Amino acid sequence: MSWEAVIGLEIHVHLKTRTKMFCRCAVGALDDPNTRTCPICLAFPGTLPVPNKKAIEMTLRLGLALDCEIPERAIFHRKNYFYPDNPKGYQISQYDEPLCVNGRLQLPGPDGAAEIGITRAHLEEDAAKTLHVGGAEGRIHGATASLIDFNRAGTPLVEIVTEPDIRTPEQARRFLQLLRQTVVELGISDAEMEKGSLRFDVNVSVRPAGSDELRTRTELKNMNSFAFAARGIEREIERQIGIYESGGEVEQETLHFDPGREDSPPLRSKEEAQDYRYFPEPDLVPVEPLRDWSVEQLRSELPESPSARLERLLGVGLELRDAEALNLEPARVTLFETIRDTGVQPKAAASFVLNDVVPQVDPARVAGTELAKVLKERDQIPRAALDAAVAASASDGFSADEYLLERTVADASELDPVIDRILSENGQQVEAYRAGKEGLLGFFVGQVMRETQGKANPKAVNERLREKLRA
Amino acid sequence: MTDTLRLTVEAAAGMLERGEVSAAELHGAYRAAIDERDPELHAFLTTVDEVEGDGVPIAFKDLISTRGIETTAASKILAGYKPVFDATVATRCKQTGLTLLGKTNMDEFAMGSSTENSGFGPTRNPWDPERVPGGSSGGSTAAVAAGLAPWALGSDTGGSIKQPAALCGVVGLRPTYGTVSRYGIVAFASSLDQIGPIAKTVRDCALLYRIVAGRDPCDSTTVELPQPIELPEAEDLRGLRIGVPKELNETEGIEPGVTERVNAALGLAQELGAEVGECSLPRSVDFGLPCYYLIAPSEASSNLARYDGVRYGFRAKGNGDIRSLYARTRDEGFGDEPKRRIMLGTYALSAGYYEAFYGQAQKVRTLIKQEHDALFERFDLLASPTSPTVAFRLGERTENPLAMYLSDVLTIPSNMAGLPGISIPCGLSEGLPVGLQLIGPQFSENALFRAGHALEQALGFDFVPERLR
Repeated sequence: MSWEAVIGLEIHVHLKTRTKMFCRCAVGALDDPNTRTCPICLAFPGTLPVPNKKAIEMTLRLGLALDCEIPERAIFHRKNYFYPDNPKGYQISQYDEPLCVNGRLQLPGPDGAAEIGITRAHLEEDAAKTLHVGGAEGRIHGATASLIDFNRAGTPLVEIVTEPDIRTPEQARRFLQLLRQTVVELGISDAEMEKGSLRFDVNVSVRPAGSDELRTRTELKNMNSFAFAARGIEREIERQIGIYESGGEVEQETLHFDPGREDSPPLRSKEEAQDYRYFPEPDLVPVEPLRDWSVEQLRSELPESPSARLERLLGVGLELRDAEALNLEPARVTLFETIRDTGVQPKAAASFVLNDVVPQVDPARVAGTELAKVLKERDQIPRAALDAAVAASASDGFSADEYLLERTVADASELDPVIDRILSENGQQVEAYRAGKEGLLGFFVGQVMRETQGKANPKAVNERLREKLRA
Repeated sequence: MTDTLRLTVEAAAGMLERGEVSAAELHGAYRAAIDERDPELHAFLTTVDEVEGDGVPIAFKDLISTRGIETTAASKILAGYKPVFDATVATRCKQTGLTLLGKTNMDEFAMGSSTENSGFGPTRNPWDPERVPGGSSGGSTAAVAAGLAPWALGSDTGGSIKQPAALCGVVGLRPTYGTVSRYGIVAFASSLDQIGPIAKTVRDCALLYRIVAGRDPCDSTTVELPQPIELPEAEDLRGLRIGVPKELNETEGIEPGVTERVNAALGLAQELGAEVGECSLPRSVDFGLPCYYLIAPSEASSNLARYDGVRYGFRAKGNGDIRSLYARTRDEGFGDEPKRRIMLGTYALSAGYYEAFYGQAQKVRTLIKQEHDALFERFDLLASPTSPTVAFRLGERTENPLAMYLSDVLTIPSNMAGLPGISIPCGLSEGLPVGLQLIGPQFSENALFRAGHALEQALGFDFVPERLR
């Protein structure tokens, strides 16, 4: 029997607001412990939440970018549970009336686009951070004390939940990459996994290919990179298939990965069925996005989506790897397209942008059309002239002309005297070449290029050398 | 020395204005009265000697956060807790120049109707120390009745201002929900809690309401008052239509003496020119109390989760893991009534029960509101007794929580609808004060003050307890 995977994702993204979600403490999770706190985020008696409008707006913009419906009314709920990182004893979150519902993200791929449904995107507050001391490696087991840092408590967090529409680990990886890119370009989050501003959980189950049943799923937590996640999902799919093929049943459980040690097998745990006793937060009034925001204006101000860009890049025949690398920055894509539009082959244009431009200069500042003129003549000008043109291409007033003036020397009458001298000075190598060590051609080319200070045309030098060595 | 027993806020403010007394002397006079009479009554949990401000003194129910001054909500779990900030109402009082006399006793976390649920011992009724002052703002109402404070702030969730005001023979207003900030108020049931004034006269109540009411950016549920608060002048009730809901006036358990005084007051209202007509609130009275006891404990179970011994207040001694720290701290720190309500509320919010209990109660709440709204198309105000009985004896209802809960059967329905209500004393039954409850539509405080003031003038009730005259 062949199997297919059913994968859904839950992604948490820290919003880049100046202040916290329900109080006006500065956001600064990494500052000295407990310096970003006030009576509200420490849950002193009688304190009340006041929502951060900027955070709501950022969530709405994300929702619009993900093609979500924005309801007339959204409400906050209390999610009740006891834990020291949760000072109120409840987290203010959203439940059945979130800010954004029913969206989708087009996921372009080498085999065409897949549409991944977005169930919802909602706004909530983050918990504090607990540090366990006295035990091994900060683990709670064996710890003698737990310290709490409330700096992170109450920072705004968006949770995005997908439909179980993802079918392969590679698709999951691409989705995460594209979603991250979307969030970063909206300017609502840094979405950096190392800093904890992007976290995600994965739900995985398998089923016979083509069926529409939903079997027991497991939840994968704590993965520290998209590539790691893809490998973890791959292994989990294999494990589940193995269980079914040997007549077993998959059990609902959570797999906790150790972000520090990718190779170690995840810890498994049965989640106790938690009853969070959700109820509408009585300290807040409903949010009315359609009344308090011009949703159409927010929509019209959205930047171009990375998804649309990726689709265009794949559409001109680029490999996924190059397309994704270009898509990391809108400016790379713009530059690529400018260069390609001057007639450069897409693959060559992509390679030029990624390998020559990006390591040297900020592609956003490059005068693309001018630089393309130089690129098109790359065979006719010295390599150094091209490099110099790239280096200068981000400066004001950059013009291709001065670099195009430096034509390479291809004329035999100019090259021959140099070549003859080099051959006569290196008699031993000439003999070795003629005896069959043809690899020495490169040595001679190098000598000629050095002698001409890089101005010789490599193609012409090759030709002339071969001819003379044959004699 | 100033006689604080009869002194109204208006009179005291006049003395201050004319320079007949200083703010410090006035504060001192009340502090002396506290020293003299509070050992018997126990209306105060904390007293304040420093006089900050140039105005009239005031007492706060102990769930109002006061910077640097212990604020416990009468719970051992908050023993020793000193807030680092002032509640918005405390700030507003400070800005007006009011000087703080102290923090008054209450039922723990405002859960109760007799102030016997205080973690620090009960308050006694100034009219008869063998009896309760009502609750949960019993410390505030007893303090005002006994001349230990000219006025006070209380809080009302199911009747915690109106009912003790009735039992102590003073005036108490439960304002329209959302007109007074809850910022800094130790929360019991967020969708019902409202801070309100307690005083000897309706005009004093109006003055204090004017100070504390209005939108607060720190409390998202507050609104701006649609019109300014006026001090009532009217001495008649011409043109006022008063509805008398049958169920609120004839429900089982209303003492005949109470009915008699309320009927007499309604007769007087007619003499003053009001039209008085019968009406009905069948569902509000039948379902108000049971729905209240689903919604209030549900919210309380969540609001009280923060008392975990981790950051402030009481923490149980001994070692153990975090679960055991929570369990022992909460077991030793909370009294029986908070524990009872936390359990009720946790149950009502649980998966599988939410729709049947909390969800259903919210729907009934909407019905109760609609039922009241319909009556306000025919009437300006509704009238009933505030409490079915006069002050009861200490211990009389402590063994029977249900009997205690029924103390609020007449105040809960309009509270569930978010409506304002005032209780004014309307005479004595068996030598104890009887309260008349007037209920109005949202934001009708000015109408309540006008009617209350006119009746107060006509009734001529002597608010000084007979045994203290």
